[in-house]
Amino acid sequence: MAVTTTTPSTAGKTSLTTSASTPGWARWANRHRKWLFASPAMVFVAVLIIFPVAWTLYLSLTNAEGSVRAESEFVGFANYLDVLSDTERFWPAVLRTVVFTGGVLAAEIVLGMAIALLLWRPFKGEKWVRVAILLPLVATPVAVGMMWRLIFDPNIGMANRVLGWVGLGPWPWLAGEHSALPTTMLIDVWQWTPMIVLILLAGLTSLSDEPQEAALIDGASAWQRFRHVTLPLLMPTLVVAVLLRGIDALKTFDILYATKGKGGGSFHEVETLNVYAYGLSFDYNEYGVSSTVLIIFFLIIIGSMWAVTSRRKDAA
Amino acid sequence: MAGATTGTETDVLRQSSVIVTSLAVAAALGLSACGGGDAEGSGSKTVRVTLANHVWTDNLKKALPEFEKQTGLKVEITQLGEDQLSDQYNVKLNAGSSDIDVMMYRPLQEGKLFAKNKYLADLTDKVKSNKDWNWGDFKSGPVQATTYENKVVGVPIITEQEVLYYRKDLLKKAGYTNPPKTLDELKSMAAKIKSQNPGVAGFVARTGKSPAVTQFSSFLYSFGGDFVDSNGKSAVNTPEAKQAYAFYGGLIKDLGPANVSTDMGWPEAMAIFTQGKAAFYTEANSLYKNATDPAKSKVSGTVGFAPFPAGPAGSKPYSIPSWALGVNDASNNKANAWKFIEWATSKQQTLENEKAGVPGGRTSVAEDPAATATYPKDLVEANAEMAKNGVGHDRPLVVKVAEAREIVGQPIVDAITGKDAGASADAANEKFQKFLDDENK
Repeated sequence: MAVTTTTPSTAGKTSLTTSASTPGWARWANRHRKWLFASPAMVFVAVLIIFPVAWTLYLSLTNAEGSVRAESEFVGFANYLDVLSDTERFWPAVLRTVVFTGGVLAAEIVLGMAIALLLWRPFKGEKWVRVAILLPLVATPVAVGMMWRLIFDPNIGMANRVLGWVGLGPWPWLAGEHSALPTTMLIDVWQWTPMIVLILLAGLTSLSDEPQEAALIDGASAWQRFRHVTLPLLMPTLVVAVLLRGIDALKTFDILYATKGKGGGSFHEVETLNVYAYGLSFDYNEYGVSSTVLIIFFLIIIGSMWAVTSRRKDAA
Repeated sequence: MAGATTGTETDVLRQSSVIVTSLAVAAALGLSACGGGDAEGSGSKTVRVTLANHVWTDNLKKALPEFEKQTGLKVEITQLGEDQLSDQYNVKLNAGSSDIDVMMYRPLQEGKLFAKNKYLADLTDKVKSNKDWNWGDFKSGPVQATTYENKVVGVPIITEQEVLYYRKDLLKKAGYTNPPKTLDELKSMAAKIKSQNPGVAGFVARTGKSPAVTQFSSFLYSFGGDFVDSNGKSAVNTPEAKQAYAFYGGLIKDLGPANVSTDMGWPEAMAIFTQGKAAFYTEANSLYKNATDPAKSKVSGTVGFAPFPAGPAGSKPYSIPSWALGVNDASNNKANAWKFIEWATSKQQTLENEKAGVPGGRTSVAEDPAATATYPKDLVEANAEMAKNGVGHDRPLVVKVAEAREIVGQPIVDAITGKDAGASADAANEKFQKFLDDENK
């Protein structure tokens, strides 16, 4: 095992490629090869990420509205003051974003972990079960939204009919002022738990059996083995899953828009920051304010990403 | 030996498959490059038209080959739903794109915004240039809506009024021989029918904060109110307006479908009516085919139409141009774009559309008996009745219509969900006044 990864062989390769006979440009290219190889990706990032973010930042400091080509004035941080003091649309949207993300993330991690543990050990027909579980993941969110809209229709939907069989309901589901957000969260959990399952399952299958066996011999119970052996070993994978899904959940738009439409419903029941920013720019044509909301949203995402990754470093 | 031969054969095969793949890639690149060149270069013979999903659009597409044959032009149609259409315009027009030549737009929704942003080309000279086409034939209300600062920026193609859809069979069962003449009658009849038929609502209409505004407007006018008063001040908390909000919301709350959602636009409300789940429905008459077409409606045989019922101030339904055609100011192909519009809004095309149930903007066609020969008789009568006393707008006439609709629509959903409509109207009034002040700054 050690033989294949010895340093001499690697060092030999490097010196071979930069021998004295190679022309100057090749040597230069070789010395800067990490920049050279990364440059297409860096140009791509600059054009498609840095420029739009910088432009949005600029717009957020202007009073651009109606048309982005129309003349606009530089207004400094006026938009930021307006937005941060807006308790009618902005702060409720922040709260909804946090509730939505926190709620679906918790549910998806717990459910995803449970399902991944169930599917971990080989069993008869596991292929079919795995395919079935992954199906929601491949469906397009808008189609998913439309499907659940029908299921949750208060009068003709399947959900209330099923509730009726067991003597419950009818519930308003998506139609209710206070039940709409939990209902959209339910849809999100239905759709995205499989992704968590997929990531955790990959993590679980890469774990070696020895620690488990050792714990088993020491007489650890199933829960103890999970809590003190599997979970710590799985931690890096879990952090990745939380990070990926968390950022994605923060940015959820499709399911909310497909089920409740513009503005997140008549009472803005499911209006998260993303839906709010969309409404500001596409309905109200308030590009300055919309950009401000997006920049604040961007900072929130970066902040939460940083929080999760720094915790991960602490843990490691 | 045999092994070696097979090996060489495989190599040859592998090599040739590599060559084939590279050729295919090269060809694909070449083709896409040509495609790009085409789209940019030959704009002169291709007119790019963006249209909304509408019966009007379906009719136009049927007649299109004839236009292409006559003129030698090629028409490329992009057809989108209302919301997607708005988004498309927002993105493309904002970017100054010349991708769109002709655009179907809503004069009352985005007309002012587009004209103000100079997205719409000035058509004043063009509409006056052709005597046979005859701009003077267009109804004055719609023409006013497609004119901005004395410049013509669009040609009206579809006009509509709010009409009462009702179920003849349910009325008969309840002992009524005629549809309601007043809003009070509407309420009492709806209540009686609801109590007689479990599972059937007495009344249904749009409930979404923004979509409901236009259909609520006729109620508002018939109660004697309006969104803005004659001095340009917000008027959504006048006693008349408060009554109208409470009445509309109350109808849906008390006599509407159970567990009613506050997200309904016309497709959802129409679905409830055409599924036989409601007795009365107030909606734009231009959508009547959805209710009378057996393929779309379970109650197609028993649908009746009546003029909008009278309120304390009489029957005052909106009567508006809902769609128009304009030319993108950034288009490089304005002459041909105009040719297309001239044809699409010609007398002949307008007549064809009216025959298919889509009322257009021309007076001569509206008066032509041939145009309405296929309509339900009661609808023709209702339309004629309403043309007399219609109001020319169905939403606040402002630049930022979407925002305004959400403000004045809030009391509607508050009334539907049983909140205090009066207090909500007061709050909306304050916000709307602030909105108007901002916009007129």
